[in-house]
Amino acid sequence: MSEPRTLFDKIWANHLVDTQEDGTCLIYIDRHLVHEVTSPQAFAGLRAAGRGVRRPDATIAVADHNIPTRPGARAGVIENEESRIQVETLERNVVEFGVPYYPIEDVRQGIVHIIGPEQGMTQPGTTVVCGDSHTSTHGAFGALAFGIGTSEVEHVLATQTLIQRPARNMQVDVEGPLPAGCTAKDLILAIIGRIGTAGGTGHVIEYTGQAIRDLSMEGRMTVCNMSIEAGARAGLIAPDDTTFGYLKGRPHAPKGAAWDAAVAVWKRLPSDPGAVYDTVVRIPAGEIAPYVTWGTSPQDALPITASVPDPAQIDDEDRRQAVQRSIDYMGLRAGQPLREIAIDTVFIGSCTNGRIEDIRAAAAVAQGRKVADSVRALVVPGSGLVKEQAEEEGLDRILTEAGFEWRDPGCSMCLAMNDDRLAPGERSASTSNRNFEGRQGPGGRTHLVSPAMAAAAAVAGRLADLRDLD
Amino acid sequence: MRKFETVTSVGAPLPQINIDTDKIIPARFLRTIEREGLGRHLFNDMRFDSEGNETPDFVLNQPAWRGANILVVGDNFGCGSSREHAPWALADYGVRAILGTDFADIFYNNSFKNGLLPIKLPAEERDKLMEDAERGENARITVDLENQVITRPDGEEIAFEVDPFRKHCLLNGLDDIGMTMERAESIDSFEASDRIARPWLYAE
Repeated sequence: MSEPRTLFDKIWANHLVDTQEDGTCLIYIDRHLVHEVTSPQAFAGLRAAGRGVRRPDATIAVADHNIPTRPGARAGVIENEESRIQVETLERNVVEFGVPYYPIEDVRQGIVHIIGPEQGMTQPGTTVVCGDSHTSTHGAFGALAFGIGTSEVEHVLATQTLIQRPARNMQVDVEGPLPAGCTAKDLILAIIGRIGTAGGTGHVIEYTGQAIRDLSMEGRMTVCNMSIEAGARAGLIAPDDTTFGYLKGRPHAPKGAAWDAAVAVWKRLPSDPGAVYDTVVRIPAGEIAPYVTWGTSPQDALPITASVPDPAQIDDEDRRQAVQRSIDYMGLRAGQPLREIAIDTVFIGSCTNGRIEDIRAAAAVAQGRKVADSVRALVVPGSGLVKEQAEEEGLDRILTEAGFEWRDPGCSMCLAMNDDRLAPGERSASTSNRNFEGRQGPGGRTHLVSPAMAAAAAVAGRLADLRDLD
Repeated sequence: MRKFETVTSVGAPLPQINIDTDKIIPARFLRTIEREGLGRHLFNDMRFDSEGNETPDFVLNQPAWRGANILVVGDNFGCGSSREHAPWALADYGVRAILGTDFADIFYNNSFKNGLLPIKLPAEERDKLMEDAERGENARITVDLENQVITRPDGEEIAFEVDPFRKHCLLNGLDDIGMTMERAESIDSFEASDRIARPWLYAE
């Protein structure tokens, strides 16, 4: 009888090509997602060295970060010259290197971490990489998925492998059901608030417990997406019938007898009883409430009923200074109730919360209500397919009647590489993943929330507790 | 890749914790297809005001630290995005070594691919170096990778750990794609058996 192993241990062992004497491992990469921002220098490197792409069949490419999301804007040329050059460079590279590509006019185009799962590229037990830190999203399928830099993008394109050292195992167990009004976003913000933005450094986090098992695939992707905001290399959730149900019939999912063979393999992946984790964190689901961030780090997360912290009450000097700096940058005052913070902008979208379930949650709050006059509210579906499905369900009409703008898919205001950005001093309630200084535009101020809480903020004109809505 | 040689420089103190990659280089400067020339945007929103003028109180704008080759940094430096533009900007500016306590994993990895040496130290050692750094131009710090030693301005030596493989690559300026290509037989044989075990992951 072999030692009980974690899900991570099993995936790692299954992908080990070889191990050097000093412990450095070469691991095999099953799936590589490529986008326009972090790939041009990698393709240039291949070209300079006369190398090709080893497995175009294991690679997909899409442009997402730079794409305009104003309705109609994508039909023409991208106005920003640098953005246009980046997208055109990707279009040339995929032709030259034979990489499958979803063009802007294709309904399957969208944010790379939304379309990988949609197309069935992301499968349990696989290794998935992308030159983007939110690759952790794909861990929701029980895939070992992590972000890499451009040098590693080039390495994977050329060799389909990466030089790595094994990570440590962390278990975050959320037992019990989530309270009413709470979503996957509140759950992950609560976890990051608890363990901190470096709490997962060097670890792969496996999320376990009833609150996790109860989540849909969309919710699981939201949780794993933000693992990187806790510093983790990756997030993982054991594959189960929810996972298999989502995958079955997707374009790249196995079919027929191969499906049955794959499911048999996937069912052996979950961590063995008695498997040992290097670090274990237990959070009772009952402690979770609708969360918002007040500061400039994702760990600055508190229940909406709380107030801005008081630096004077923090002992650690580095932390006190960081809190003071955040309060100053955010234009808040210590002790201010979070529900009194007025906002100008609402952004619903991103690889964290741009899936159909997120649009439904926003529309459920928007139905029969109006966006406050002082607020500009954007809904940016994560992909063309999400947009199409939302329109079939009539969600776009509910949202536009309430005063939300209904946009085309892309990364948009999550990181403000296209035209969607905050002006200096503007404040958003945003369903994205990072509230860093300037993340949504220089001088912009970001409060991270769930889609339902973002819609509630749009209606109230301030951060609001969706449980208080009439 | 540029070889890492011994570096002697003032250390620019950046004690703030959680300096993320958006601070190191904001996303709007990622719209490039080149690796070079990003040093001018390093720490852009701290280093320049909205009109593009230097902010006089930012450390790299002060005469003592302008062009420093060593940074001494707060905890969890490089958190956030995977953008290799962060180490590209640092290296292009002239930074060769970053002395801190811990670094975000992806940033740490990316640094070694670009001739940049991030060094993890116990907090008390980092704090001593932070004090040295704050003394400005009279306090030069030396980082010797070969011998894995940092020498403080007063001559005190601080030993540091580094992964032997990464050290070897950095000292010799090695491109690890070339090294992995030499192991093509191992990759071929992995694929051959994996194709039998998980045929659905391969195009027919």
